[in-house]
Amino acid sequence: MKRIEAVNDFVIKFANVNGSGSASANELFAKAVMRMGVPVSPRNIFPSNIQGLPTWYEARVCEKGYHGRRGGVDMMVAMNPQTWDTDMAEIEPGGYLLYDSTRPIPPDRFPEGVHVLGVPLTEIVNEAYADPRQRQLFKNIAYIGALAALLDMEDGVFEKLFAEQYRGKERLLDANMKALHLGRDYALAHLPCPLGLRMRRADRVGDQIFTDGNSAAALGLIYGGATVAAWYPITPSSSIPEAFEKYCHKFRVEASTGQHRFAIVQAEDELASIGMVVGAGWNGARAFTATSGPGVSLMTEFIGLAYFAEVPVTIIDVQRGGPSTGMPTRTQQSDLIACAYASHGDTKHVLLLPQDPHECFEHSAAALDLADRLQTPIFVMTDLDIGMNQRLCKPFVWDDARSYDRGKVMTREELEAGKDFGRYKDVDGDGIPWRTLPGTHPTKGAFFTRGTTRDPYARYSERGTDYVYNMERLLRKFRTAAALVPQPVHRPASQPTRFGVIYFGSTSPAMHEALDVLQAEGVHLDGLRLRAFPFPESVPEFIAAHEKVFVVEQNRDAQMHSMLVNELDIDPARLVRVLHYDGTPITARFIAGAIRKNMVWHKEYA
Amino acid sequence: MTFIAKPRLHHPTLQTNKVGYTRRDYEGRISTLCAGCGHDSISAAIIQACWELDIEPHRVAKLSGIGCSSKTPDYFLGASHGFNTVHGRMPSVLTGANLANRELLYLGVSGDGDSASIGLGQFANAMRRGVRMAYIVENNGVYGLTKGQFSATADQGSKSKKGVVNNDSPVDLVGLALQLGATYVARSFSGDKAQLVPLIKGAMAHGGAAFIDVISPCVTFNNHGGSTKSYDYVRQHNDAVSRIDFITPGQEITAEYAPGELVEVTNHDGSLLRLRKLHADHDPTDRYAAMNYMHQHAAHGEVVTGLLYLDPLATDLHTALNTCAVPLASLGPDRLCPGAAALEKINAALR
Ligand SMILES: Cc1ncc(C[n+]2csc(CCOP(=O)(O)OP(=O)(O)O)c2C)c(N)n1
Ligand code: SF4
Repeated sequence: MKRIEAVNDFVIKFANVNGSGSASANELFAKAVMRMGVPVSPRNIFPSNIQGLPTWYEARVCEKGYHGRRGGVDMMVAMNPQTWDTDMAEIEPGGYLLYDSTRPIPPDRFPEGVHVLGVPLTEIVNEAYADPRQRQLFKNIAYIGALAALLDMEDGVFEKLFAEQYRGKERLLDANMKALHLGRDYALAHLPCPLGLRMRRADRVGDQIFTDGNSAAALGLIYGGATVAAWYPITPSSSIPEAFEKYCHKFRVEASTGQHRFAIVQAEDELASIGMVVGAGWNGARAFTATSGPGVSLMTEFIGLAYFAEVPVTIIDVQRGGPSTGMPTRTQQSDLIACAYASHGDTKHVLLLPQDPHECFEHSAAALDLADRLQTPIFVMTDLDIGMNQRLCKPFVWDDARSYDRGKVMTREELEAGKDFGRYKDVDGDGIPWRTLPGTHPTKGAFFTRGTTRDPYARYSERGTDYVYNMERLLRKFRTAAALVPQPVHRPASQPTRFGVIYFGSTSPAMHEALDVLQAEGVHLDGLRLRAFPFPESVPEFIAAHEKVFVVEQNRDAQMHSMLVNELDIDPARLVRVLHYDGTPITARFIAGAIRKNMVWHKEYA
Repeated sequence: MTFIAKPRLHHPTLQTNKVGYTRRDYEGRISTLCAGCGHDSISAAIIQACWELDIEPHRVAKLSGIGCSSKTPDYFLGASHGFNTVHGRMPSVLTGANLANRELLYLGVSGDGDSASIGLGQFANAMRRGVRMAYIVENNGVYGLTKGQFSATADQGSKSKKGVVNNDSPVDLVGLALQLGATYVARSFSGDKAQLVPLIKGAMAHGGAAFIDVISPCVTFNNHGGSTKSYDYVRQHNDAVSRIDFITPGQEITAEYAPGELVEVTNHDGSLLRLRKLHADHDPTDRYAAMNYMHQHAAHGEVVTGLLYLDPLATDLHTALNTCAVPLASLGPDRLCPGAAALEKINAALR
């Protein structure tokens, strides 16, 4: 029987029951791989449920460093009888199955061509522990122990991780260690260790860090100087304000008084959370909210007000499957249009498109600067895949010389010096007017902010000319934004080509792998990774320079494609849609397959 | 209301307050509300109160929702920053503004449609959070700006201008404020300046969430029924006036009465409003007594006015959140950013 042979390059998937405590054990495995110097990218695939429904953890081990989902499973750790059949069907021919053999399973339930490895996990832990909760938890640690032996993982890696995790908690340390050894000893004694799949120490992790996008975004907001946070719980964004709060308690408590240099309010709903952010932004604080699609829907009226009244606002949208409650715990990039044009009337908003936790940090900090500079809502568009999964990425960096860009805020001294102040006057030609903060000056610079039309001096006006002046200026401001936002990243093919591909956000790791795969087959494409909306000049230039450009995104309606066509006045025929939207993260296999098929179809590549 | 702009010149003999401002310095733009609208009387009372309190106008931030009432902040305190937000959601914007800068005084102005219908949730949550502000609802029982629909405070059985009977029982914002933990709760009448001005002063000076429900008759949309001031009646007798957007000119309704006294006020529509001024011996520090008193009189069709409840030791949201004394909006990177060295440590912990 064929068996998959691979070193440091495989996909392992853990099928568990939600609430069984498997998450920390599975994460332990991923960390151990990383500590062996081998890149790993795990993904939680979980239901909208707290306890009982199926949940999966899929870890891609890849020495080459591809972090996208590959597709297919080389080894399944099947701990959930409920999903047995679907789990079995995912195992690649020649792959492996690790299962709890305490109770016999009829032979016909095992798929053909799969190497079956039974470990009587329940039996082993029941003998060793009396407490039912411990029996459950340590079953998970025991299968990690078995894997350590089967995959020939380095001795000491797990022990070191445990030692770090349970420093000062000796009893927990010992109990975990015991469970790990129970699994390992059983595998060594009864199973063909090591398998065809193996781990070997490599030096491919370097100084990269292993973290999730939501905590990275929270940290970016700390570094960027956000002081007011207002939010309403929603998956997959809740861990942003929660992490923000944790960091605030670590870094923003005054040593002498114990007082806080931050204010966090869990609002009564998204209407209130964005309202508080608008109020704080109007009053000069850096404020943010984090939400997901349904929250954005509720916020849109306020977003329109912030756009029109020109109030700095930062919104982190961690996208999930829509519309409505769609697939609340799955990933998508389907809020693009809802955010780019949020609210009624003519509006356009700045979107930042981070690709990994490193950029979640960078873009969140940058969003606060941009919001102040542009006096407008800034969206950081992440998604569940980046937000809630840990990923290896470049370490965070901060330049201590960096100051905050507070934008055009007229001071008391400037007003005193007689500087002309017209709240909505375009004095600098960039569409960005000057503002004053409440309380600045006893007699100068006060104005009335409203969502209705006004003249350049903020006086109520229903004159068409005032309205048009204002709307044109807002458009000018949006054009200014194109030069201030993070610029696209080019990834040229190794030889000249007529084909290009545009992608963004969490699609990027799978995209990079797909480009390598296609190149190896002789299909060359220039890549352009978008990092923001509005699109800078380089985007239409890129499209113009290619005969055909694929636009890869994770939604049904080709939203980025529509925005490119809508904003850039280009021939839609040049752009080919590549769409993936079943809620799972896009894979390199899918992208390469779609592009390959399209090329064959057009007889451009055989 | 007048459409002739008042000259900005100060008469040299105009009286100044302790901070050197005349009463005129607390005025705003010229009101565009209907002549006789109760809301204008409230604006005047706010101007009077702030002047008497020696507040520097620019230290006030005035916020509102949407409605005739919510337009009024443009008509007072012209030297203050104002924010006319979205319908019903002034409380959240005010909360955020307050969190950003605790040093300013916050004045929230809203309507009964604004606060009791679309904004009921925000009203309730601002009260229970104890946001430090003076929150004034200019309560006319109708939607003024959208032309006369019932608001959620309209009395059961009352009739709209079109003759529709309101079947729903009213939302009592004062009762809600008391229950939700507001620490200063009052009710007054727009025409009773003697009562209203001190109540506003108390609210502005209060250390927590202060709420005043001010009954404020709408000349234009409660002038139906048998009233000779009704829209139809006046139109029939006024052929020369445009029919498209004709607004009945009215007289501001005023009322002055003593503590403990009951006064019956005739609305523009001829309906009666029975105002009962709180007894001088009412103990305003007893929240439950206040609720009881108010409900008992409501059962007799009377609206109790005056300061119903006050917690003199009230604290606010900043106390609960333990925020620093310096306004958050004024903190720079030196106070907010943990710096590169701390980030290096975070990186190290993630490897
Ligand atoms: C989201 C939204 N819905 C509806 C409206 C229309 N609207 C404007 S004012 C108003 C009611 C105002 O009534 P109230 O708050 O009682 O104030 P008044 O005009 O009576 O002073 C409504 C419904 C709006 N502006 N926004
Ligand atoms: S419609 Fe009513 S509430 Fe509005 S301004 Fe006229 S009188 Fe006042």
